[in-house]
Amino acid sequence: MKRVSPTLAAMAGVVAALTLGATGTAFAADAIAGAVQQQATNWTAIGMFLVFVAGTLVITYWAASKTKTAKDFYSAGGGITGFQNGLAIAGDYMSAASFLGISALVYTSGFDGLIYSIGFLVGWPIILFLVAEQLRNLGKYTFADVASYRLQQTPIRTLAASGSLVVVALYLIAQMVGAGKLIQLLFGLPYVYAVVIVGILMILYVTFGGMLATTWVQIIKAVLLLSGATFMAVMVLVNYNFNFGALFQAAVDMHPKHLAIMQPGTLVSDPISAISLGIALMFGTAGLPHILMRFFTVADAKEARKSVFYATGFIGYFYILTFIIGFGAIVLLMNNPAFFKPGADGTINPITNMLGGTNMAAIHLAKAVGGDLFLGFISAVAFATILAVVSGLTLAGASAVSHDLYASVFRRGRVNEQQEIRVSKMATVALGILAIILGIAFEQQNIAFMVGLAFAIAASANFPIIILSMFWRKLTTRGALIGGFMGLISATVMVILGPTVWESVLSHPKGSAPFPYDNPAIFSVTLAFIGSWLFSVLDKSENARAEERAFEAQYIRSQTGIGAEGASAH
Amino acid sequence: MQQELTRKIRNNPKFAELTQKRTKFGVQLSILMLAIYYGFILIVAFAPSVFGIPISGVITLGIPVGVFIIVAAFVLTGIYVRRANSEFDELNRQIIEEARR
Repeated sequence: MKRVSPTLAAMAGVVAALTLGATGTAFAADAIAGAVQQQATNWTAIGMFLVFVAGTLVITYWAASKTKTAKDFYSAGGGITGFQNGLAIAGDYMSAASFLGISALVYTSGFDGLIYSIGFLVGWPIILFLVAEQLRNLGKYTFADVASYRLQQTPIRTLAASGSLVVVALYLIAQMVGAGKLIQLLFGLPYVYAVVIVGILMILYVTFGGMLATTWVQIIKAVLLLSGATFMAVMVLVNYNFNFGALFQAAVDMHPKHLAIMQPGTLVSDPISAISLGIALMFGTAGLPHILMRFFTVADAKEARKSVFYATGFIGYFYILTFIIGFGAIVLLMNNPAFFKPGADGTINPITNMLGGTNMAAIHLAKAVGGDLFLGFISAVAFATILAVVSGLTLAGASAVSHDLYASVFRRGRVNEQQEIRVSKMATVALGILAIILGIAFEQQNIAFMVGLAFAIAASANFPIIILSMFWRKLTTRGALIGGFMGLISATVMVILGPTVWESVLSHPKGSAPFPYDNPAIFSVTLAFIGSWLFSVLDKSENARAEERAFEAQYIRSQTGIGAEGASAH
Repeated sequence: MQQELTRKIRNNPKFAELTQKRTKFGVQLSILMLAIYYGFILIVAFAPSVFGIPISGVITLGIPVGVFIIVAAFVLTGIYVRRANSEFDELNRQIIEEARR
């Protein structure tokens, strides 16, 4: 085991960039700045990862034998339980980025890490209270089923598929680049290996095992990650006899910022950014196609509700663990020179001189509390995490292509199931290859803004259409179409004109960004709602009246589930 | 058939009762969650030193408040699921049964 080697100062931000870029704000400067230096080959981690791959391929083989109909392929036959789905949703959410990025943020800034975690969590209760059961009652395979329930199929499915594919593409690129950087750091293998391995494995999982395999890969990874993180947190607390006061005291004594780590720092500065961030995280979560798809894998509204309950519990627990892990890294790493490379003046700055950058804090802590074997385990789990997340993303993208664009838009519903599944599998292979190509193309690019843009678009294009189509009788096709595209376009334009992309990616001078905020959600979500409202009330066509009349039947189904049983029966 | 079901459900006063109760409950809990979260964020933005007030040794007020919000999110989902899976689902079952009669 000789993975710890030269400095990787340029790395400060691989993973933080992925998640924390979701918000831009303080972390734009931490974006993926350049090449990562490859580490010595870590055979323990590679071995454990191979065990994970072997296990998941066995599951895929099993899932393939059960995946025959379109319903099996897209929604695992509707046979996932609320508890299983809760774990899978939590797995989608607990990415490598949130594990490494948030524990790194706690390590560098203490309390600020908690602010982030809370923002990511509080969207879940809202999803439950407002949309979860209606989604289950109205949808079949994709959220476009819900949005186009009483509106015109062709334009609405085109809009929903555009929103889905853009979000999936941005997310995929971010994950692929993250995978490439992580494999260099954790396994000591070249960047391209990671991108190709992830691309091929996800094609195998999705084409052969469909949603069933994708769900189980996600569940296994969620269990491994939660177990590993629990072990680390417990080992940290054992050192202090489970006395939190003593742990925090030691951290305050050791951290260069001392008491400042126990209160809010500079993360949230102005109220507009704070509220905009909250809107993007909250409503963006409710507009992510790979998350929404999971609500169609359970049998009924009752199981859909339970899914969110369990998911909220697991995600909240995970964030509490990352908080303890971040403080554990402060107390167990900062006084151990083995994890740092001294700066030019020979002294160690625990924030800037960590080997591999502070995103490695949780990985180094794994070694400190569990030795090389546990380090290998956590490294393998971190990589498996990316694999599981991209599989879900790819399935969501492939469904948008086959179920929405091919079956409904091009073939106008005149298509049989086997044809549709075949198109979906072809789309999966195409997306996999595209992801590999994009992963390689974006290796040296600054991709910090991509997840942020994905959340902003999900919140601005997908979410308003879903919620309005469910609850507002007067929404018309024209209103939804114009409002949805206004959200999509305005979010994209404002992100490009905002400081992260304008200054950090496009290298314009600091302070020159035409749009002053990193997160456009407060404006773009509002625009989408206003656009949908205005063009719906102005729409006096016969179609609009028919759509309004169709609302009642939709509302009754969304509230009672009547008519949805057929969609969920085995 | 489906139209007949829809008509019966619409005319059943229990349907209005169900949607009113459930929507009201969902909106109330949403407002509560939003108030908790934005209350927290606004304190972070305008009066961050409030969360720096020490309560025990170096532990500041912000730590238990933060943990409280995480726990509150989970508890609120639990409260909703508990009522929805019992009271609302029972009402829903009656509505569907009466419509099919």
